[in-house]
Amino acid sequence: MKGMSLIVRTIARVVTTFIFLYSAYIVVYGHITPGGGFPGGVILALGVMLLMLAFGREVPLRKLPEGRASVLDCLGALGFWAIALLGLTAGYFFLNFLGKGEPFRLVSAGTMPLCNISISVKVGVSLFAVLAALSIYRRFYPPGGEPPEDMSGG
Amino acid sequence: MIPYLFATVMLLIGLYAIVARRNLIKIVIGVAITEYAINLFLILLGYRTKGVPPILGKGMDLKEFASSSVDPLPQALTVTSIVIGLGVMALLVALVLRLYEKYGTLDESEMKRLKG
Amino acid sequence: MDQILPLLVAIPLGAAFLIPILVRVWRRFPDILGNLSTLALLVMSLLLVGREPSTYYMGGWRPPLGINLVADGLSVLLLIVISSIAFCATLFSIPYMEKYTSKSRYYSLFMLMVAGMNGVVLTGDMFNLYVFLEIASIASYALVAFGTEAEELEASFKYMIMGCVASTFVLFGVGILYGRTGTLNMAHLARIVDRDGMSPAILFASALFLMGFGLKAGMVPFHAWLPDAHPAAPAPISAMLSGVLIKAIGMYAIARFFYVVFGMDGLTSTVFMALGLLSMVVGALLAVGQWDFKRLLAYSSISQMGYVMLGLGIGTPLGVLGALFHLLNHATFKGLLFLCSGAIEHGTGTRDMGKMGGLIRGMPLTGTTCSVGSLSISGIPPFNGFWSKLIIIVAAVQAGHYAIAAVVVLLSFLTLTYYLRLMRHSIFGDLPEALKGIREAPALMGIPLVLLAVCCLSLGLLYPVLKPLLLGPATDVLLRAGDYIDLVLGG
Repeated sequence: MKGMSLIVRTIARVVTTFIFLYSAYIVVYGHITPGGGFPGGVILALGVMLLMLAFGREVPLRKLPEGRASVLDCLGALGFWAIALLGLTAGYFFLNFLGKGEPFRLVSAGTMPLCNISISVKVGVSLFAVLAALSIYRRFYPPGGEPPEDMSGG
Repeated sequence: MIPYLFATVMLLIGLYAIVARRNLIKIVIGVAITEYAINLFLILLGYRTKGVPPILGKGMDLKEFASSSVDPLPQALTVTSIVIGLGVMALLVALVLRLYEKYGTLDESEMKRLKG
Repeated sequence: MDQILPLLVAIPLGAAFLIPILVRVWRRFPDILGNLSTLALLVMSLLLVGREPSTYYMGGWRPPLGINLVADGLSVLLLIVISSIAFCATLFSIPYMEKYTSKSRYYSLFMLMVAGMNGVVLTGDMFNLYVFLEIASIASYALVAFGTEAEELEASFKYMIMGCVASTFVLFGVGILYGRTGTLNMAHLARIVDRDGMSPAILFASALFLMGFGLKAGMVPFHAWLPDAHPAAPAPISAMLSGVLIKAIGMYAIARFFYVVFGMDGLTSTVFMALGLLSMVVGALLAVGQWDFKRLLAYSSISQMGYVMLGLGIGTPLGVLGALFHLLNHATFKGLLFLCSGAIEHGTGTRDMGKMGGLIRGMPLTGTTCSVGSLSISGIPPFNGFWSKLIIIVAAVQAGHYAIAAVVVLLSFLTLTYYLRLMRHSIFGDLPEALKGIREAPALMGIPLVLLAVCCLSLGLLYPVLKPLLLGPATDVLLRAGDYIDLVLGG
C-alpha cells in the first residue's frame, strides 16, 4: 500500500493536527465536560488511522514500531494502576487522595485528570496496535495460492 | 416494558445470526448485534422523557438537576460494556483472519477438525 | 490487614502489564515475575484463612454507592483454589512453555486471567463481577488459541462465540436487576429481593444468570465448547481452565447469586439437581469412548462439575459441604491430571492413548502422580475424591433422594472404569518401540506434580482440620445469607 493521491495526503496532514488537538482537549477536560480518557484515546487512534489510510500503514509504524507501542500501551495501564496503588497508601485503593479543588476548573477533581491521561494513552496506543496488527495480515489469501485480483490493491 | 421487549427481540436476532449463519464474519456480526442489543437496553433503562443530560453545569440547582436528569449510571455501564465489546471484537476478528489463513475459506461447515 | 483484598487483584494486574516491559531488559523476567506474583497471591490468600469475614470499600465509598470487595468463607476457599493451582501452573510453565514463542505474552494473559478470577470471587458488585468475568474470559479465549494451529483457533472461536453469548446474558440479567431494583450491590439487592419477594422480571434475570454462568461452568446443555477448548490450550492453561476457571467464574457465581442473592427454593433446587445429574451422566458417558488423553479429562470435568452442582441442588448443609469439598478436590486432581498430560506430551510428543503405554518405566514420577490423580478422581479411598463423593451420596440419602444416590454410586463406577482404561493404556502395560527413549520431565515440571499429588492424598486425611478452617465458613456463607448482607451493609 503506497498511500493515496497528493490532495488526500495534504488534507490528511493538516486535518490530523486538529484531530490530535481535539483528542487532547477531550482528554484534558474529561472531568468537567463529556468525554474522558476512552473517547479521547479512540479519537487519537482514529487520527493515526487517517494517516495510515493516506500515507500507507508503514508511515505511522515507522514512527511508533510495534514493540515500542506495546511498551507504551503497558505504561499507560501501569500509570492507572499506580494511581490506584497510591490511593492505597493514603488509606483506600483508588482513593482520590489529591485535593479536589474548585469545581469547573481545569485543575480540579484530584486524581481524575491523571487517570484520564493514562487511560487515553492506553486506549489510543492499544487501538493503534490493534489496527496495525490487523492490517499486517497481508496473507489474506489461501495458503500457497496467489492473492486474488481484487484484494491485491489493498 | 418496551425496553425489555425491544432488547429481547434484538438479542434473538443476534442469536439467530450466530446459530443459523455459516459465514464466520456473519457470526461475528451476530455477536455484535447481541452486544449492542444489551447496550441499547441499558441506555433505555436510564432514559426519562424530557430529561436533561446528567452533566452538572455552572449555577444549576442540585435538587432540580437531580429530579430532571436521566440516570447516569447505565450510561457508565454502557461505556464500560462498549470498551469490553471492542476488545472482544478485535480478538474475534483476529481469530477469523487466522482461521481464513489456515483454511482459505470463511465457511464454518468446512472447518471440521474438531470432533464436536 | 484488610489492605490485602485489593492487592489480590492489583498484584496480578500489575504483573500482567510489567511483564511485557521487563522482558526487554532480561529474557528471564517473565518466568521470575510470574512465579513470584502467584507465590505472593498464594501466601496472601493463606493469610486470609481463619479470619473473620471482612469487607473493603474501594476508594472509601460505602455501599450501596461504591464498589466493595468482600472476603468471606466462600471467597477465601475459592481464592485458595485459584492461587494454589495458579502457582503450580506457573511453575510448570517455566520448562513447558519454552517450545512456544513469546513467553511474555503468555504470562501477561495468564496474570490477567488470574486477576479476573480473583476479582470475580472478591467483588460485591454485580457489574464489577461482569467486568472481571469478561477480563478472565477474554484472557482465556486468547490463551486457548495460543498455539495458533488450526485446531486451537477453531476451538477458541467456538469457545469465544459461546462465551460472548453467555456474557451477554449475564449483562442482560444485570441490567434487568438494576432496572427493577435500582441497585448493583449484591448485598443491597439481596435485601430488596428478600423484602419484596421474587417478581417475574427477577425470575427472568435469574434464568439468564443460570444460562450465562452455567455455560461458563460447562453444565450439560451448554457444554459444547468445553471438550474442544480445554484440550486445545497449552497444558498449564488446561489445568487452569478445568481446575479453576469453570469454578471461579461459573460455579462460584451460581452459588453466590442463587444462595445469597435470590435465595433457594424448591424450583431452583430441582433445576440444579437436574442440571447436575445430566452433566454427570452425559459427561461420563462421553468420556468413556475418548482416546485423546486431554479430551477424556475435559469430558470428565463436565461430569465432576455435575457432582458439585448436584450437591448445591440438594441444598442441605451436608450437601453444600460436599459440593464445596468436591470443588476443592476437583481443582487439585484435575489440575494434577492436566499437568501430567502436559508432562506426557512433553516427553512423548503425543496425546493419543493408543500410542502410549508403559510410561511408568520411562517417566516414573509422572506415571506415579498421574495414577494418584486418576485414583483420586475415581473415588478410591483414602484419596480426597472418595470423601467428597461419599459426603454427597450421604447427603442425597439423608435428603430422601435414594434414586439420585444410586445414580451417583453407579457413575462413580463408570468414572473408575474410564480412568482405569486411561491408566492401563498410558501408564501401565507395554512400552511401545517408538517411545523407548523417553525421559522423565524436567524437575520444575516434577515439583508441581508432586505438590498436587500430596494435596490429593492429604486433603482427604486432613478433613478434620479443613472443615473448621475452610469448608465450614464457606458452607455457612451459603446457608446463612443474612450474614453476608449484614457484613456488607452493616446491621
